[in-house]
Amino acid sequence: MKYLKNFHKYRYLLYEIVRKNIKLQYRNSVLGVFWTFLQPLLTTIVLVVVFGGIFGADRSQTTCYPIYLLCGRLVYEFFTQATKRAMRSINLSASVIKKVYVPKYIYPLSNIIANFITFVISLLVLVVFILYFYLFTETQPVISGYAFLAPVPIILLLLLSIGVGMILSTLAVFFKDIEYLYDVFCMILFYATPIFYHVDQLKLPAAVATCLKLNPLYSITEMFRCTVLYGRMFNINHLLYALCFSIVTILIGFFVFYKKQDKFILHI
Amino acid sequence: MGKPAIIVDNVSILFNMNKEKVDNLKEYFIKLITRKLNYNEFWALQDVSFTVEKGDRVGVLGFNGAGKSTLLKTIAGVLKPTKGSVKSYGVIAPMLELGAGFDMNYSGRENIFLYGATMGYSRKFIQSKYDEIVEFAELGEFIESPVKNYSSGMRARLGFAIATAVEPEILILDEVLSVGDAKFRMKSEAKIRSMFDKGITVLFVSHNTNQVLNICNKAIILDRGKIIAQGDAVEVCAKYNEMINSKK
Repeated sequence: MKYLKNFHKYRYLLYEIVRKNIKLQYRNSVLGVFWTFLQPLLTTIVLVVVFGGIFGADRSQTTCYPIYLLCGRLVYEFFTQATKRAMRSINLSASVIKKVYVPKYIYPLSNIIANFITFVISLLVLVVFILYFYLFTETQPVISGYAFLAPVPIILLLLLSIGVGMILSTLAVFFKDIEYLYDVFCMILFYATPIFYHVDQLKLPAAVATCLKLNPLYSITEMFRCTVLYGRMFNINHLLYALCFSIVTILIGFFVFYKKQDKFILHI
Repeated sequence: MGKPAIIVDNVSILFNMNKEKVDNLKEYFIKLITRKLNYNEFWALQDVSFTVEKGDRVGVLGFNGAGKSTLLKTIAGVLKPTKGSVKSYGVIAPMLELGAGFDMNYSGRENIFLYGATMGYSRKFIQSKYDEIVEFAELGEFIESPVKNYSSGMRARLGFAIATAVEPEILILDEVLSVGDAKFRMKSEAKIRSMFDKGITVLFVSHNTNQVLNICNKAIILDRGKIIAQGDAVEVCAKYNEMINSKK
């Protein structure tokens, strides 16, 4: 109860920081908010050219490769951007935390929410992609009522990002080099998540394939693709796995953060 | 006896100072393996107890490193005491180094709302105080430019204007009146004094006994983490001046 009351009091701060992050992200750039659309569009084109063309394996079995890619890329990009921002948030707000009492979890949380809002806006690109390929190409994505289930994987992704973000922001206070390690980790994650390939189409040893499938982002991207690209129900096991993983991560994240937050001030 | 505004009860704060700053994983593991993680323990505050009544203006005096800022941070809720407890009744507006809550890329206007939210005030409430803040800060058209282009005096004025406009019940001032020019100092002292009538409680840190005498009715002297004198401002200030002279 005490915590809820405190959160209620500082909800304006959460709102102001989310607003600030979104506003400042595009300030002084000529195209402004259009970058939210342009960035995923341009990077997807690059990925399509590289993995669909130059290193082109046989993509004929993959339904509508550009959309397949875009789905994976959007999920991956949100996860890494949000967690990286959350990781830096405590150190960047050191000047405030040292002087004024604020619930510190507001900082990683608001950074993730700000990223989440731009992510949701950038989903418009996906809508445009799907409509374009539906109307003008042979290999059509399947549009069905299951598209309404798309928020399920998106919310799982948000929960997972909050959990990981809380853990990282705590670690980054005590160890500044986590930032560099995490950059490397994100690069590994890019290849370990089926963004531009299909796990079942690679002829991998069973053990390696299982390892790849343990990645919660795998379950989440697969669920996302099922709803918006294949137009069918996602595998319920993916849902259970991603849900458990996210909840456990959030619990660990808040626990670690809560246990260590009083020591932050001595290190930032 | 009035109502208490702040009760500081037997507060001690222990700092674990690493002999060398270990802030990356590599050094941490090397030190952990070679067992070189040594800590220097040191008490920044020891058994500090006092009560501030509602409407009191308490000056906190002390030399550099006496624990003044640590004490204020504890009262503001930023630091948790190792032992003892701090209770405060009412809204605290901390003004420890003005402009700490500002975002440099944000304009003055946007920062007013951000700073207000940092203290837990709603956008609507700040909006109702907005004109008053801008007028007191004397920023004019600069209110729309980013704070990074402000002079330190302008930042101080804006921070002071926001923290006083929200009419807090407890105001914490950490040597804030030493920034800015003489005109601003007089104006802000007058502003603080006008808030006395509304029964505001003030904690004021300064090296300057004249300023303390101007504002405060009570005072405390801290020395190496301990309270060595407390009571009426005039007497305590006289004692502090004695201390300064004996050190010379």
